[in-house]
Amino acid sequence: MRIVANIIIASLVAIGLNACNQQPENNKEKESEAITYEKDKQASDQSMKSTTEDVPDSEYSFGTLPYQFDDLEPYIDHKTMRLHYGKHHKGYYKKFLNAIENSDAQGRSIIEILKNVSQYSNGLRNNGGGYYNHWLFWHSLTPESGQKPGELLSTAIDDAFGSFDAFKETFNSAAASQFGSGWAWLILSDEGNLVVTSTPNQDNPVMDVSKINGMPILALDVWEHAYYLKYNNKRTSYIENFWKLVDWGKVDQRYKKAINQQEIFTP
Amino acid sequence: MLHEKINNLNFEKLPYAYDALEPYIDAQTMELHYSKHHNGYFNKLQNAAKGTEVENMTLNDVFKNISKYPKGIRNNGGGHFNHNLFWSVMGPDKGGQPSGKLMEAINKHFGSFDEFKEKFEKAALGRFGSGWAWLIVKDDKSIAITDTPNQDNPLMDVVDENGMPILGIDVWEHAYYLKYQNRRPEYVSAFWNVVNWEEVSRRYEELI
Repeated sequence: MRIVANIIIASLVAIGLNACNQQPENNKEKESEAITYEKDKQASDQSMKSTTEDVPDSEYSFGTLPYQFDDLEPYIDHKTMRLHYGKHHKGYYKKFLNAIENSDAQGRSIIEILKNVSQYSNGLRNNGGGYYNHWLFWHSLTPESGQKPGELLSTAIDDAFGSFDAFKETFNSAAASQFGSGWAWLILSDEGNLVVTSTPNQDNPVMDVSKINGMPILALDVWEHAYYLKYNNKRTSYIENFWKLVDWGKVDQRYKKAINQQEIFTP
Repeated sequence: MLHEKINNLNFEKLPYAYDALEPYIDAQTMELHYSKHHNGYFNKLQNAAKGTEVENMTLNDVFKNISKYPKGIRNNGGGHFNHNLFWSVMGPDKGGQPSGKLMEAINKHFGSFDEFKEKFEKAALGRFGSGWAWLIVKDDKSIAITDTPNQDNPLMDVVDENGMPILGIDVWEHAYYLKYQNRRPEYVSAFWNVVNWEEVSRRYEELI
C-alpha cells in the first residue's frame, strides 16, 4: 500500500509541477518517469536491506552513505551510486571480512593493515583497499555543490601548487592518466607536503606498496564502474564534474587531522 | 598485422555488425568498444609512434622488448593488438566446441573441454581490475591459460608467461558494464556463446 501511495504522490507532484510550469504536453512523460523512478528507488531500498543482512557482526563497520543515491544527480547518476555503494563497495567489504578472518591482521585498525599491506594476502590488499577507498570517496562528495576549501587548506594548496587552478589541473591529469582501474588522490605526504598522486586498482597511498606514501584527504575513483553508465568512455567529463561535488568541509577536517597525525577513518 | 610496420597499420573494419553478438554482447557496448575504445588505442599508438624508431617497427618486435619503450606504446600497442584479436575470435551464431587438433590439445592439456572452460573462467574472474585472460601457444607448442593486467599481453616481455594468444577475453569493465554491471561472471559465461572456434583453431594450427 505504501508503495502505491508513494507512486501516486510522486505522480501528483510531477503533474503539479508541470501544471505550474505550464507544460501540460509533458504530463504523461513526466508521470511515467516519476513512476519508474519510485519503483527503482523502492527496489534499491529493498536490495540494500538484503545486502546489509548477510554481513556478519564485525568490529569493522561498513558505514552508511552520507546522502541518497540520487543526491549527486546529474553529475553522478542514481543507478551508478546504487551499484557502486550497494554492490561494489559492499562486495569489497564482505570479502575484506572474509580475508581478515583467518589472518593475523584481525583486530588491527584498517589504517594499520594498509600501512603493512605487503605482509598480507592479495585478498586483504584488494578488498581492504576497496573498503577504505570507497569510504573516503563517499566522504569526499556532497550534494551541496559550490564549496571551496577553507583558509588553512587553501593556503597550503597555493603554496604546494601555485594556485587552486594549478592544483586542479595536476589532479585532473593524474586522474585521466591512471591507465586502467585506479584512483587519484590529494594526500598529506609522510614528508608533510600536499601531493597529488594516483594508484592502480584498489591500492592507495597509505599502503607500503605504493610509490608515494601519505594520508589521503581527497579521493576520486576512476574505475570504469564509477562512471561508465553515464559517461561511457568519457572519463575526462566525469573528472570535470567531480569538482562540482567535492565536500571541501570534510576535506578541510581531514587535512587538519592529517597535520595532527590522527588516523582518518570513521565509518 | 603483428608483422607489419606500425605506420602501415590500418584500423580494420569490425568483421560483423554492432548488434551481431546480441543478446550476449549488446550493440551499444560493441559500438563504444570498437569505435571509441579500440579506435582510441589505434590513434594513440600512431601518435606515440610518430617520429620515433617505433613507427618503422612491427608490433611483434616492439612487444618482445616492450620494457624498453614508453608507456604510450605499451598501453596503446597492446590495446590495438588485443582488441583486434578479440573481434576476430568472436562472431554471430558461434559457440559450441572446437574440433580437430585444438580439441585434442585441450583434452590432453586440461583433461576435458569443461575443465579448460573452468580454468579460463577462473583466470578471467581472478584478474583484479582491468585486463585480459588468454589461451596461448607457448614456444614449445604447448597450450596454457594466462591473464594480464590493463592492455598488456603474453607477447610482451613484461608478463609472467609468454606465448602467442589464440583466444582472448577482455575483462575491462567497459567490455561488459552497460549490460552486466558488476556481474562479471555472467559476462564471462555468456562469452562462450560467441567464441569463433574455427578462427581459434585456424590460429592454433598455423602455429604448430
